[in-house]
Amino acid sequence: MVLEFYQKVPSGCAIAGIMNTEAMSFSGNKIMDCIEVMHDRSNGLGGGFASYGIYPDLKDCYAFHLIYDDEPSRVETEQFLRKYFVMVGGETIPTRNTAKIRTSPMLWRYFLKPMEHLVEEIDEEEFVVRRVMEINTGIKGAFVSSSGKNMGVFKGVGYPEDIGEFFMLEEYHGYLWTAHGRFPTNTSAWWGGAHPFSLLDWSVVHNGEISSYGTNARYLDTQGYPCTLETDTEVITYAVDLLMRKHSLSLKDMASVLAAPFWDKIDNMEPSVKEHLTKLRIIYKDLLLNGPFGVIIANTDMMIGLTDRIKLRPLIAAQKDNWYYISTEEAAIRKIEPKPEEYTYSHAGKPLYATLKNKDKKGDKGTKISQGARLKGELNDDNK
Amino acid sequence: MITNNFPPKYKLNINENCNKCKRCAKECSFDVFTFDETENNIVAYNKNCVACRRCVLTCPQNAIELSENKIAFNSHFNWDYKTQNDIHKQSDTGAKLLTSVGTGLSHKNIFDHLLLDACQVTNPSIDPLREPMELRTFVGRKSDNISDEIGPQLQLETPIVFAAMSFGALSLNVHKALGNAARKAGTCMNCGEGGLHPDMVEYGPNTFVQVASGRFGIDKEYLESGAAIEIKIGQGAKPGIGGHLPGEKIDKEISKTRMIPEGSDAISPAPHHDIYSIEDLENLIYLLKEVTEYKKPVGVKISAVHNAPAIATGIVRAGADFVAVDGLKGGTGATPATIRDNVGIPIELAISSIDKRLREEKIRHKASIIASGGIRSSADILKIIALGADCASIGTAALIALGCTVCESCHTNKCAWGIATQKPELTKRLDPEEGGERVYNLLRSWSLEMKELLGSLGITSIESLKGNRERLRALDLDSYTMETLGVKGAGR
Ligand code: SF4
Ligand code: SF4
Repeated sequence: MVLEFYQKVPSGCAIAGIMNTEAMSFSGNKIMDCIEVMHDRSNGLGGGFASYGIYPDLKDCYAFHLIYDDEPSRVETEQFLRKYFVMVGGETIPTRNTAKIRTSPMLWRYFLKPMEHLVEEIDEEEFVVRRVMEINTGIKGAFVSSSGKNMGVFKGVGYPEDIGEFFMLEEYHGYLWTAHGRFPTNTSAWWGGAHPFSLLDWSVVHNGEISSYGTNARYLDTQGYPCTLETDTEVITYAVDLLMRKHSLSLKDMASVLAAPFWDKIDNMEPSVKEHLTKLRIIYKDLLLNGPFGVIIANTDMMIGLTDRIKLRPLIAAQKDNWYYISTEEAAIRKIEPKPEEYTYSHAGKPLYATLKNKDKKGDKGTKISQGARLKGELNDDNK
Repeated sequence: MITNNFPPKYKLNINENCNKCKRCAKECSFDVFTFDETENNIVAYNKNCVACRRCVLTCPQNAIELSENKIAFNSHFNWDYKTQNDIHKQSDTGAKLLTSVGTGLSHKNIFDHLLLDACQVTNPSIDPLREPMELRTFVGRKSDNISDEIGPQLQLETPIVFAAMSFGALSLNVHKALGNAARKAGTCMNCGEGGLHPDMVEYGPNTFVQVASGRFGIDKEYLESGAAIEIKIGQGAKPGIGGHLPGEKIDKEISKTRMIPEGSDAISPAPHHDIYSIEDLENLIYLLKEVTEYKKPVGVKISAVHNAPAIATGIVRAGADFVAVDGLKGGTGATPATIRDNVGIPIELAISSIDKRLREEKIRHKASIIASGGIRSSADILKIIALGADCASIGTAALIALGCTVCESCHTNKCAWGIATQKPELTKRLDPEEGGERVYNLLRSWSLEMKELLGSLGITSIESLKGNRERLRALDLDSYTMETLGVKGAGR
């Protein structure tokens, strides 16, 4: 357990998200244009994107995006993955050399199916979560930056628009994109520390600092989520996964845990609501997030914006036709949608959200995935 | 001649302002003052003085000067005044030395070496005058998730309860004062092991009722009148030993409350004679739950000893809804001095390792932790909560609010402030309404201070400080202690 003696780096940020609720895909250009408006909210020490619907041809596989420090960590991770998964494909994530991003760690992605005999007994998603935790805590120099189906996270050290250019995001097409520009207070050359943070198909971009980190992390640790990255965003991601996937809480209940209403409000609610919210707060008291935050949480089906219980950070949503936008600043939305139908300002603890209308579609265009260097024995049955 | 006639520790001087009103002679319950008719003046027998300060504070002429009687002792570090004096007392009587309150030895106070964090720039501090600050705390077993039934919960509006102090050790007026304060502040007192006096039944919704080894005053009605039930295994000031309330203290009221004959000694055995193992404890926990139909939290109080984490784990697995832990510096109405000063571990270390162990075992949410033993201020409370407790319990601090001057004489039944005594002429000195108001004020003041501290930490709910050791730093503690506390050194 590295929990007890961690080094936490506070940071300020810009966040943005765009979703097409009909699951129509669009290129990464749009989100890059959007986040670039808020350039001054980051300082070039972290930027990243989460994109949904980008791998429709392999949508049944868990797409693992890996960041490696060196060759041995890659070899060890691939050996590990082969123990648990059928490796349908694997390659380096294509990047372009740019003037702004000169060095990068090794970036790989794998398309994986859990070995059937291993998941007979346990929940498949739980199986995947365990493996992600094992890599992140057990393999030195390896970090899983995303592990969901038909989605991926692209992040690194740099301004977000430069990171987007580096990853050639204009060539990707997804129906939901979120982005993050980071303003950490000190340099960290570690690409894994950038946002979004992701687990399964959850991704979180986060503007803020959690003053309850220790309480949250210690609780999550007892729930099987060792927090090793010392970032607040990791804590939020695990909390959302625990609440919504494992404990099947509704979106509103999840928000009432993370940004709980105050007791004096709860006490004056009608008895059944009061009872429910009291129970939520009692059971999940350790997951209340204190301190300023604005977050965009996304998964395959939805995009959620949430601010802390006293709204210490800004967040605004806008809507037009089938488009839904969430951003730290209105200007960023206006850049890509000059005349939205309506703007909604976030209220403390009340989620802003949009859900996918067409749940089966999830990305019509997709992205070719064959630009990178493939694994030896690529896309076939070298697990046998 | 053997040099056992030590000069008195304190010295009283009555100055020329004295108008011979003789009030001091009435006020002093330790028989210090007499009026000398022939000399027409007040004479003080210094040797009886315990420095309770009653005379000084009640003399209408402000004529009494109380000071430490400084006589020269050979400046030997090991064989100082106290050590020599103790030996003389023991060789005079052949008895063990009795004392009260918490230990006064200079064991390192870890609280004083822990510092809290505060927000600057990246995370705004929060102004408690503008934003709500929540101190509400629930004591009880929490379920694993929302779909399970949650156990009975005791709702406290501030994370402070009063420690178990029995009627017998304390006067009924003290119980009433604590009851009034607890009710007004939305928290709980603890009736201790002496049963619940009929006058106290109305305070039941704000009372932990205790089940101790003497089983005094326990029947179904008693258990049902409390808000929660606490099985007392140990006490910080006297781990591993029982209690003894002498027959002369067992007057009509106490006999009624404890359900024992008037004038008989009330003996609490060291162990519960039906608990010789953890399974036995489990039986008692479930017996009490059955009797009260699973409507109240049932917890267990232990003293902080070396093996406390393993014991606490066993207690939680045995079904307890809370674990109360009383540290080395916890107070008492009477105990052998050698036990008080030498047995147990500080509460800061005990809570840290219990919280850690329960988390490792993944059962931390199954019970609340109540910490006590030397908690002196709002900052101590926040520090113990950051180390892993859910709330703190205070005894001596509440008594000081009622006038206690820490004279360490509770076991004599002579408390001049009417607190630790049953003598009617003394107990009437304490007005339960006025006293209740003072103790309530203390809770209010500490609660406001806690809100101030939480605001500076950027936290709007006490829940978010629980176990949040990242917000603490250690100053001048050795690395082993810091590791046990799970706290980094200041500056890191
Ligand atoms: S109470 Fe004060 S004034 Fe009265 S007799 Fe005692 S010392 Fe003198
Ligand atoms: S309660 Fe009374 S006897 Fe006990 S220490 Fe306080 S003042 Fe002295």
